[in-house]
Amino acid sequence: MDFFLQLLVNGVCIGLLYGISAMGFVMIFKASSVLNFAHGELLALGAFFFLSLVTWGKLPVAAAFVLTLAGCFLLGFIIEKFFLRPLIGEKLIFVIMLTVGLAAMFKGLILLIWGGNLHTYPEFLPEWLELQLGGIYIAPVYSATMIISVVFLLLFGLFFKKSSQGIFMRSVADNQQAALSLGVHVRRVFALSWAIAAMVACMSGIVLGIINGVNVHDLSAIGLKVFPVVILGGLDSIGGAIIGGIIIGLLETFTGGYLSPSLRDVVPYIVLVVILMVKPYGLFGLVEIERV
Amino acid sequence: MKKLSFHPCGNFREDYAQELTIFETWFGRVALAVFILLLMTAAPFFLKSYLLYILNNIGIMAIAAIGLNILIGYTGLISLGHGAFFGVGAYAGAILATRLGLPFYVCIPAAGIITALVGMVFGIPSGRLKGLYLTIATLAGQFIIEYVLIQWDWLTKGTMGITLPSPELFGLKIAGDKAFFFVIFISLIAMTWFAVNIMRSKYGRAFIAIRDNDRAAEGMGIPIFKYKLLAFAVSSFYAGFAGALWAYYMVSITTEPFNLGLSVEFIAMVIIGGMGNIPGAIFGATFITVLNEVLRFATGVLMNVSFVTNMGLNMAPLREFVFGLAIVLFILIEPKGLAELWRIVRSNFRLWPFSY
Repeated sequence: MDFFLQLLVNGVCIGLLYGISAMGFVMIFKASSVLNFAHGELLALGAFFFLSLVTWGKLPVAAAFVLTLAGCFLLGFIIEKFFLRPLIGEKLIFVIMLTVGLAAMFKGLILLIWGGNLHTYPEFLPEWLELQLGGIYIAPVYSATMIISVVFLLLFGLFFKKSSQGIFMRSVADNQQAALSLGVHVRRVFALSWAIAAMVACMSGIVLGIINGVNVHDLSAIGLKVFPVVILGGLDSIGGAIIGGIIIGLLETFTGGYLSPSLRDVVPYIVLVVILMVKPYGLFGLVEIERV
Repeated sequence: MKKLSFHPCGNFREDYAQELTIFETWFGRVALAVFILLLMTAAPFFLKSYLLYILNNIGIMAIAAIGLNILIGYTGLISLGHGAFFGVGAYAGAILATRLGLPFYVCIPAAGIITALVGMVFGIPSGRLKGLYLTIATLAGQFIIEYVLIQWDWLTKGTMGITLPSPELFGLKIAGDKAFFFVIFISLIAMTWFAVNIMRSKYGRAFIAIRDNDRAAEGMGIPIFKYKLLAFAVSSFYAGFAGALWAYYMVSITTEPFNLGLSVEFIAMVIIGGMGNIPGAIFGATFITVLNEVLRFATGVLMNVSFVTNMGLNMAPLREFVFGLAIVLFILIEPKGLAELWRIVRSNFRLWPFSY
């Protein structure tokens, strides 16, 4: 029973991580219908910015965190402005391949600058985050993750429900032409959503880096794990991303624990195919029926 | 009445036969024949073995890229699993050759057919999905096939790899770059001929109709699902054929090369070459293979420059960066690819000194 509970807790923790990583992805898709294959590299960029500021720049953690978020906000703007804006209205394959090309570029850059080794952050999380419930141990990083993901989920929920920019974003996602004719600045919304999404991605990259250490290959692999998560949750639902993440995380840990460790990495993709066949728009995605 | 002339200066077609013709003028036909003749007679005897090796790789990759172009460029279905299908072909060929001891000329087409069946299985989601959902489904297919290749030990020998016997054709042993050059390039010509002619047939027109507007195609009575599966089958047949050739050429294979990176390279070939253009796939395969070799050479040189080594920089990731940059630049600057550039250059020569 303890084994089961420990797997359950681990699964939820890993799942929350997937959920957080998927949030930025979903935001980009929601606002501009771009499937971002460079998401894993965005995570890695955030993690490495933070790493450089903390270890080489010797900045205090809070300052480094804020600076990284600001840098990534800018990066998102730049990506949208120079690479994706020329492709508005182009064929799907060009948009997909552009993000694939960007992924290769970012990965090459990161490897050139920081190398492919595993880096770790210095310890900075406070002691009181370490939880011990009965026989189950929750490491401080995991409780920090839970807190961060809940906070961000609330923040984004409020942002999309209450703030005018959030409502503009939703309107653009819903119907671009109608939004344009009602006076929404669609280009600014695209730029802003990329900037915010890059910021969220960087934040999740930092969280992942705290837990697993910072390594380009691992982080870009997580960028691909995001696909089963978002398909399960629904491509355009942020809450769905978190729930999808938790389900995929649980699936992974339980197959790893009870069936076979080698099956662990491929189970999400098998589930992905099944979901696509049965319920292509996921649990919370917007259903568009087209029978061709 | 075709004359030995350059392209006409406008559209003077009068019937469907002229619309369907592959070579508009005899000039193109003769030029291609001369080029093939030169390639076949000069290349294997005058080129160094390393250059011949690159040329052979280009030939194999071009076959697979033509297959992917039928799927992406003509039918409009984006597949991220082509590298895995290439691997399925390589393993099918290797297993048929080692376990069943089948001869070379049976193995290669049989591997193609097996891959076509696998491709159809992974094409089934296209019945319900399209656009980016289908792309994600093929991405899953890539990972599942990779997993099966590694884990199905007794058949694929897992990470150990398989060593193939050297092939025989008409009693001749095929070994070395020179012998393979003929096998690969004769296959490439045959496969190109086949692809070009499929695209002029009823099937090719149905593919194009599905790409341009699937609802209209359905309305015109094209059974969409059947044709999408067919496109998957044809495209995977090409991948499997090329994969089996590659396995024979490389002598021993492991599961490692058939990853997502290879699939991305194939799509890059199709985009850089030109989507919906069969010769374009060959241009793309040439471009990517040559780029890979040049970058390998360049990083090798850079590693030995004392300034770089003193800085402690590792230049190997430069390859990845330049590869990504090439894809991005082509998409932003010339989305129709090298085939379009080639067309522009040709028409400039033809029309010179007038602009049109």
